Amino acid sequence: MSEESKPIGGEFLTTPFKVLAGFTLFAGLLVLIRYVMGLGAVSNLNDGYPWGIWIAYDVVAGTAIACGGYSMALLVYVMNKGEYHPLIRPALLAGVFGYTLAAVSIFIDVGRYWQAYNMFMPWYANVNSIMLEVAVCIATYVFVLWIEFAPVFFEGIQTNKSNLPAFLTKWDVSGLQKTWNKYLFFFIALGILLPTMHQSSLGTLMVIAGKKLSPLWQTGLLPLLFLISAITMGYAIVVFESLYASVGFKRPLEMKFLSRLSGIITYLIGVYLILRFLDVIVRGAFGLAFRFDLNSLMFWIENALYCVALFYLLPQANRSRPKALFLGAFFLLLAGTVYRFNAFMISFDPGNGWHYFPSFGEIMITLGIISFEIMAYLYIVRKFPVLPKAEHA
Amino acid sequence: MEIKRRDFLKVATAGGLMLAANAHPSLAREPKARIKDAVGMLYDSTVCVGCKACVSACKQYNETPSSFSSTDEIWDNPLDNDAKTYNIIKLYKSGTGAAKDREQDGHAYVKRQCMHCVDPACVSACPVSALKKGPKDGIVSYDKDACIGCRYCQVACPYNVPKFEFEKAFPMIRKCQLCSHRLEKGDIPACCQFCPTGACIFGKVEDLLAEAKKRLAYKPGELRKYPVERVSGGPVAERIVTPYVQNVYGEKEGGGTQVLYLAGVPFEKLGLPALEETSDAQRSETIQHTLYKGMIAPIVMLGGLIYIVHKNTKDHK
Repeated sequence: MSEESKPIGGEFLTTPFKVLAGFTLFAGLLVLIRYVMGLGAVSNLNDGYPWGIWIAYDVVAGTAIACGGYSMALLVYVMNKGEYHPLIRPALLAGVFGYTLAAVSIFIDVGRYWQAYNMFMPWYANVNSIMLEVAVCIATYVFVLWIEFAPVFFEGIQTNKSNLPAFLTKWDVSGLQKTWNKYLFFFIALGILLPTMHQSSLGTLMVIAGKKLSPLWQTGLLPLLFLISAITMGYAIVVFESLYASVGFKRPLEMKFLSRLSGIITYLIGVYLILRFLDVIVRGAFGLAFRFDLNSLMFWIENALYCVALFYLLPQANRSRPKALFLGAFFLLLAGTVYRFNAFMISFDPGNGWHYFPSFGEIMITLGIISFEIMAYLYIVRKFPVLPKAEHA
Repeated sequence: MEIKRRDFLKVATAGGLMLAANAHPSLAREPKARIKDAVGMLYDSTVCVGCKACVSACKQYNETPSSFSSTDEIWDNPLDNDAKTYNIIKLYKSGTGAAKDREQDGHAYVKRQCMHCVDPACVSACPVSALKKGPKDGIVSYDKDACIGCRYCQVACPYNVPKFEFEKAFPMIRKCQLCSHRLEKGDIPACCQFCPTGACIFGKVEDLLAEAKKRLAYKPGELRKYPVERVSGGPVAERIVTPYVQNVYGEKEGGGTQVLYLAGVPFEKLGLPALEETSDAQRSETIQHTLYKGMIAPIVMLGGLIYIVHKNTKDHK
């Protein structure tokens, strides 16, 4: 396995890295204000809209974007397409940070965070609660992701001694690494089960909102639509990230995997769109799409983005064109994100004149979290064997 | 392309199975029945004169602070329920607002507080059982020691009842708990105790429902006896009946509530949402129970995954 990937090296304290660090520090300051003065001091969250962009973006869209590791594991380990193996590590890395930071966001968002551990106390558990399942699954999956990603650290410590701090390289991990690899299959299996559960349940979360959610989004199919779209977003982020890494770090392109992967994505988008429209039509909600209000506009934007993604990914000729794949993956990520924003915020209307638009503080905290995620990614791909070894194909 | 029709069919079949599972009646969670001795309130909008004695009494006996909507901050004048206001009287007004309890050119009052649902969405939603429905009285109560502040109850409640202290560093969810602290001592909820007209009365839900149906049968213009404070055993006032909308709101809406409403104008005008008889909690739990009954499906799936992954990782080596 280790022959597939290697650290790309180079200086990590670049200008973009410093800018990102600035964003992260500013967000940290705002988070401090939130803890001292309450959620209302930095956010526009209110009793009508108790959830805002921290939930819709950082958690719901963020974990779907972080589904790269999950989607690739499905392909490599369940469908046994071992040839995609070199793409697993970058996908897992994005997953590790996406999920870990979603968990951090939850901790910023929950009001009584000092009691958050009650989630894991059996005597408090409410098994009817979708939230309980989502929370326990996401928390467990964060651990599973770190376990799945640990072999990269073990390899890095042993092979990249000159580039890492001494306290790490002194550590003899060969024994631990052996045991780890022996039992890793169990965690890989768990790492496929957990996202299947919580990515679908993230959709189920909104079922209980009932009529507060527009019928264009409120459906018993929410779990299925959320699951399929999360898997497509997982593949899209792998394509996006690989192409971005190739250009950004001036590495050769991994086109042979990416073009085939894009083929799989188009099938999934097809199934998704058929279900999405059939569901809206069968429930008699399609008329709402022609009301020329915000909901109908968002409905068409969301689905048009899926169609744009299909437009780039469907033609066979486009699959060998990096630019087309990049745009296809980008629009697909955007489509899935807009779907999640619609289902959690934009089409959610508690009535009674309540309004919500994210505050400057909320947006800056979200940007800070994204910045931190990118910084960590940049550091790790430079220092540890994550990205596929450059090959001249 | 390696993904062929076979794989497409796999995904499509999984989708179909899930559709079928959602529709499968035997797996649906049954609707919740009313608890026999459940207690609640009957609010009759036609009797209410909008004096807000109930709002004041609620604040006094729940020790909640004043809530200001004007900048002078002289007196308590909230515009809606909030974390400091468990109970409020609101006004519907149309056109000139001249006649009481008339939809056109009229006005009507409505009292809003927790509905104490038969099948509460907040109770179903809460991950840590911080919101619970009393097994005997059916009161929906809040336990701050369990609550993690995720605010899913607020997303779930069709009436927007639970309120959160956004301005506090150590916030809580706040809502009407039917003065359970007063019930313990043999008193009735403060809003019913201090309502001078009997617009809001306390009692067993089955008695309240019978009283409500009796009133719907009265003819406008008749002189009738209306119980005050409590549905039976309390004072009685005589009153000339005014026309009712022929429905007891809360008998069926959203699976039923323990606070029932009568009114002279359509309930939706008073801000009470038109809900179907199936509760959202039932819909949500039906999906969840279908997929996760006894955790059988996830355990079977994990077993299958362990086998496949183990086999395939060996192949890769």
